[in-house]
Amino acid sequence: MAVNKTIICTQGLTKAYGSKVAVNHLDLSIREGEVFGLLGPNGAGKTTTILMLLGLTEPTLGSAQIGGIDCTRNSIQVKRITGYLPDNVGFYPDMSGRENLKFTGRLNGLDEKTINEKIEVLLERVGMTYAADQKTGTYSKGMRQRLGIADVLMKDPKVIILDEPTLGLDPEGMREFLHLIKQLAAEDGRTVLVSSHQLYQIQQICDRVGIFVSGSLIASGRIEELGRQMAKEGHYVLEVAVHPCDDKFLSFLHSMAGVLAVEKEGEKFIVQSGRDLRKEITAFLGQNDYTLLHLRQKGGDLDEIYRCYFEKAEQESEKDDENRKSRRSSGKKRTGRA
Amino acid sequence: MTRTEKADAAPAKREPEEHKVRYHSMAALYRKEMSDHITSKRFIIILILVMVTTIASLYGMISGISDALESSSDYIFLKMYTTGGNSIPSYVSFIALIGPFIGLMLGFDAINSERNNGTLNRLVSQPIYRDSVIIGKFLAGASLVAIMVISTGVLIGTAGFLKIGILPSGEELVRVVVYLLYTIVYICFWLAMSMLFSVVCRHSATSALASIALWIFCAIFMSLLASIIANAAYPVDNQYNAMFNSLKNYNCELYLNRCSPYYLYSEAVSTILNPSVRAVNAVTMSQMVGAISSYLSLGQSLLLVWPHLTGLLALTLAVFTVSYVKFMRQEIRGN
Repeated sequence: MAVNKTIICTQGLTKAYGSKVAVNHLDLSIREGEVFGLLGPNGAGKTTTILMLLGLTEPTLGSAQIGGIDCTRNSIQVKRITGYLPDNVGFYPDMSGRENLKFTGRLNGLDEKTINEKIEVLLERVGMTYAADQKTGTYSKGMRQRLGIADVLMKDPKVIILDEPTLGLDPEGMREFLHLIKQLAAEDGRTVLVSSHQLYQIQQICDRVGIFVSGSLIASGRIEELGRQMAKEGHYVLEVAVHPCDDKFLSFLHSMAGVLAVEKEGEKFIVQSGRDLRKEITAFLGQNDYTLLHLRQKGGDLDEIYRCYFEKAEQESEKDDENRKSRRSSGKKRTGRA
Repeated sequence: MTRTEKADAAPAKREPEEHKVRYHSMAALYRKEMSDHITSKRFIIILILVMVTTIASLYGMISGISDALESSSDYIFLKMYTTGGNSIPSYVSFIALIGPFIGLMLGFDAINSERNNGTLNRLVSQPIYRDSVIIGKFLAGASLVAIMVISTGVLIGTAGFLKIGILPSGEELVRVVVYLLYTIVYICFWLAMSMLFSVVCRHSATSALASIALWIFCAIFMSLLASIIANAAYPVDNQYNAMFNSLKNYNCELYLNRCSPYYLYSEAVSTILNPSVRAVNAVTMSQMVGAISSYLSLGQSLLLVWPHLTGLLALTLAVFTVSYVKFMRQEIRGN
C-alpha cells in the first residue's frame, strides 16, 4: 500500500482566543491511508484543530491543507473530500435514520438514485439496517455513532475526521466501532484522524499518534518509537513484586544507583529509574533467596508514554509559571510562604 | 473570521460549479426545512390557530356586514376583510395581532435547536456555504408564511363572496392582493426577528420568550410609551400649551408609533383596504381647502403607503442582516 503521500498537513497552525492560545504552532503531517491518533486531555485544543482543518474556524496564524487544498480559503472543496464526525453527533430527532442520511446525500449534491443505493449499502455496513426507519430521537448513543459513520461515508470521503468517537460507548459497542474504523483505513484506503483522550482504544487502531498538551504537539510518531524515545531519554518504569515483601528489599531498591522514586502499589513496587535495573534486581533476588512474583518493564504502552510526556509538559509549564511569578514578585516584598 | 467568511460566502472563480453547489445545498435545506415545518406539531398548532381565527372573523364579518352596508355600500368586497361584528374583531385586526405569532413560531428555534441537537456542526461540515443554512431556513419559513396568508385571505374572500353574492371589482382585487403582500412582509419581519433571537440566544426557550416579549411590546406598550413621551416633550395640559403643542404632540406620537412594525403595518393596511382614508399624517384645515370629498384612487392609496412597505422591508432586511452577520461570525462549537 502506498502510504507515502502526505494528505493532511499544517504549518505553524495557531489559534488564539484573546490571550488564550488554544492551538500553538502546530506542524502536523498525516500520510495517506494511515490512522492518526490525536491524543490529549480535554481542552488541549484538539477540536479547535479539527475545526480549522475543516475551515469552520479561521486560524490566527499559519495554514492547513487537506489533499493540497487550503482549508481556510477553499473550505467547500475540502469539505467535499473530508468527512467529519463531531463529538456528540446529533441527528434531526423527528426524521428517521434513513431520512437523515438522505438529507446529507442531497447536501452533497448526489442524485436520488445514487443516494438510495448508497444508503442501503452503508446501513448494512454499519449494521443499522434494522433501525433505519426509526426516528433518530429514539437512538442510543452507540446507534447514533454508527449512523454517524454512515453519514460520514455518504460523500465517500478521502479523509475522515473523528472527534472523540468512542466517548460513551459500551465495551461491546466500542469494540465493533473500533473495528469499523480500522476497516475504513485498511480496506477502503481512507485516511483517518481520530482525536481522543481514551488512550487504550487509540492504541488498538492507530498507526501513529500525536500527543497534544495545552495547544502544543509535544510528541508524534509510532507508538513503539515513542516508547523507545522515552527510554533513550533515560526514563524507565519497572513493576516488581517479590516474596517475602520486606524492608530489606525496599532499602535495596532505594540504595541502587539511578533510582528516582519507589512507590508501593498493592503488592507491587513501582520503580522509576534512569537506567535498566532488571539485571541487578534479579541477581539480588537470587542471592538473597527471594521469590520473584512479577517483573515488568513498562514503557511500551501508550498509557505510560502519555503519562510521561504529559508530566513533562506539566512540569515545564509549572516552571514557566514559577518563573513568571518570581519575575513578577521580584521587586515586591515577598510574603511568607509555608 | 473575515477570511473564512469570504471563503464561505463568496462564490470563487469556478462560477458555474460553485453556483451549482449553492443551489444544490440550498434546495436540499429548503426542502428539508419545509417538510420539517409541515410535519411538526408546532405547525399544526399554528394552522389550527389561524383557521380558528379566520373562521371566527368570517362569522363576525357575516353577522356585521349588513350593518356596515347600511352606512355605505361602496367597496363591499373590501369591507369583508375589515368588518367585525358581535364583538369579534375583523380579519384584518386578527391577522395584525396573530400574524407575528406565525412568524415567531416558525423561526424562534431555527439556529439554536440545531446547535443544541448537535446537528449544526454536522451540517456545516458538509460542502455547503454557511450562509446557505440561514438563507434556506428563512426562505422556507417565508414560503410557509406566504402560503398561509394567501390561503386564509382567499378563504375569507371566497366565503364572503358566496354569502353576499357580489362580484369584486378589479380595483378591489388588486387592493386585496396588495394587502396580502403587506401581510406577508410584516410576518416575515417577525420571522427574521425570531431567527435573530435564535442566533443570539443559546436556548430556544429564551429566544421564544424574547421574541414574544418584543411582539407584545410592539403590539401593546409601544403606543402607551409613545403617548407618554409625546406628552412629556410637548405637554398639552392647559389651553395655552395645547394651542402651541397639539400638532407637535400628535406628530411626535405618530412618528414614535411608526417605529413599531405593528403600527406601520396597521396604518398601511387600513389605508389600502379603506379607500376613504385620504391621508396618514395630520392634515391642517388649510391643506383641506379645495379637496374633493371622494374615495382615493388605487394609485393614490398605494402612493400613501409606499413608504410603509419600504419601511417594513427595510426593517426585515436589517434584522435579517444582523442575524446573518452574527451567524457567519459565530463559533460553530456550541456545546
